[in-house]
Amino acid sequence: MTAIEITGLHKVYGTGSTRVHALRGVDMTVQKGEYVAIVGASGSGKSTLLNILGCLDAPSEGSYRLDGIEVSTFTESELSLLRNRKIGFVFQSFNLIPRTTALSNVELPLVYAGMARKHRRERARAALDLVGIGHRADHTPTQLSGGEQQRVAIARALVTAPTLVLADEPTGNLDSRNSADVLAVFDRLNTAGRTIVMITHEADVAAHAHRTVRVHDGRIVAGVLA
Amino acid sequence: MIETFRFALRGLAANKLRSGLTTLGIMIGVGAVIVLVAVGTGASAAVANSISALGTNLLTVSAQGGRDAGKPLTVADARALVDPLGAPDVATATPVVTSGNVSVTQSDTTASVRQFIGAEPAYLEATNSTIASGSSFTSTDLAEARKVVVLGATTASNLFSTQDAVGGQVLVNGLPFTVVGVLEAKGGTGFGDPDDMAVAPLSTVQNMLTGYGGLSQILVTARSADVMAQAQAEITTILSNRHGIANPARADFRVSNPTQVLAARSEATETFTVLLAAVAAISLLVGGIGITNIMLVTVTERIREIGVRKALGAPSGAILGQFLTEATLLGLLGGGLGVAAGLAASGLQISGITPVVSWPSVALAFGVSALVGLVFGGYPAHRAARLRPIEALRHD
Ligand SMILES: Nc1ncnc2c1ncn2[C@@H]1O[C@H](COP(=O)(O)OP(=O)(O)OP(=O)(O)O)[C@@H](O)[C@H]1O
Ligand SMILES: [Mg+2]
Repeated sequence: MTAIEITGLHKVYGTGSTRVHALRGVDMTVQKGEYVAIVGASGSGKSTLLNILGCLDAPSEGSYRLDGIEVSTFTESELSLLRNRKIGFVFQSFNLIPRTTALSNVELPLVYAGMARKHRRERARAALDLVGIGHRADHTPTQLSGGEQQRVAIARALVTAPTLVLADEPTGNLDSRNSADVLAVFDRLNTAGRTIVMITHEADVAAHAHRTVRVHDGRIVAGVLA
Repeated sequence: MIETFRFALRGLAANKLRSGLTTLGIMIGVGAVIVLVAVGTGASAAVANSISALGTNLLTVSAQGGRDAGKPLTVADARALVDPLGAPDVATATPVVTSGNVSVTQSDTTASVRQFIGAEPAYLEATNSTIASGSSFTSTDLAEARKVVVLGATTASNLFSTQDAVGGQVLVNGLPFTVVGVLEAKGGTGFGDPDDMAVAPLSTVQNMLTGYGGLSQILVTARSADVMAQAQAEITTILSNRHGIANPARADFRVSNPTQVLAARSEATETFTVLLAAVAAISLLVGGIGITNIMLVTVTERIREIGVRKALGAPSGAILGQFLTEATLLGLLGGGLGVAAGLAASGLQISGITPVVSWPSVALAFGVSALVGLVFGGYPAHRAARLRPIEALRHD
């Protein structure tokens, strides 16, 4: 089963003299249950690609099929539904909502999914336990270490049981011990059947994945096939 | 829905000082509208009240110290004005002497009476005054210059507090007077209390206080409010003849229509009300700009948060709803407090004027404050909700 299928993807930022051709015809396929690492030099277009995969940004050209459905023509409200149900995104800078407890942060996607409060709480607690941070449920982001914040962010990404978990340098801001914890969580998620696409700069992080895709100058130069 | 409300409350609580100051701005605006309009309405009501208190067919003739010090007004002048042939439109004419700020004592209590009036019994009817208790003085009292007095409501309560004044003794300039009656209150006008007065027989007052010089006034009532102009002309003709005045510009008396004076004053009060309302509206507008400003800052400051929420699948409507709720809550809270403060302040006397709350102005001020939150908060919220998640996330 194919989770992601993109063909002829282009992304152009800006116009005139500030015009940047960030993606120049990317083709890529990811099967369900796969664990893919994206590597490449800084500025090569990795984040641009991942943001499009996560429906946070729209491609300038090309086709993107998620679970067999063409999403490049979706409207904004269809996309928000898609982001909510099918995609979990983990950022390098955690991006937790400030002054809001870990539990409420993890609950948030379920709020937008319209789930009842009681049910929501149970799911959020279970997700926090899964990433081993259940004992910090009532802490706000400023009361958590970087590694703990990132694990809360991962719990938030997986609480809706999405088809696809995307992570943009999730260990980029963490020391090696916290990185190991976070990577262990991703390994477990993948073992449980989640599809994972992760950007990284470190070879040992990429080694956790089944397959490594190399991006160079807006094109995929290695690891295209599954 | 409940969640939207909860997010909004959390957003407001996150910056209590800022929310508080914005609320204060709106509160002052709404409160000012309510109080200032109430003061204006109160002033107009007071003027209207004193017009009806005076009666609408009253004319006053007063002496005008001309250059060559003309003849004083006399009782004979007053008598001459009641003339079915020469002055068919004049109903009554009452000679009046007035002495200001006379001190009156009742046992240990001394009060300064604003107007101590000497007149004939017809005075009360001419000025629309009614007796609340006791009776008026009589023509016998007048003829024999008896020391009897009728007190205005304020004077009576100043001197006797809750006791019955009728039958009581008071000292006027050290001379004993018997109180025979107390008048019904006419109500404050904001321009001197008309109930702070006393009326005694003309002859008595001339004897004791003013001496036998000219009268202060002759109060004339016309047959109806429609013939005021004719009555005024007749009075002028009769008095000019009696005082030997050829040039009306140099008359030694003046006929005036107090209702007209008051009507002019009521127009002035209306202008004043409009001005007050304008000032208040401006302060409400400033409060509204405050909300817009705060919402712009709040939204800009939280664009990253908006990006995160959108990345987690928040529909634009939910984002818009959250910020609109925040802005509307600010508006409603400020408006509610403003209404409370405005109503409380309208309960007080403000520079002698009893404010009269105008409910349409309350509704309008409150409505505007809520609307201000909705409209001015809506714009930045709408802008934020439309951003692409990645644009919002990149913002800093
Ligand atoms: N919003 C934007 N506007 C204009 N140009 C952009 C924008 N975002 C990215 N770019 C450009 O697109 C190119 C690819 O950027 P991208 O962020 O995808 O790189 P990356 O591979 O993720 O790099 P890094 O490893 O440093 O995160 C870069 O040249 C960058 O300058
Ligand atoms: Mg990047």
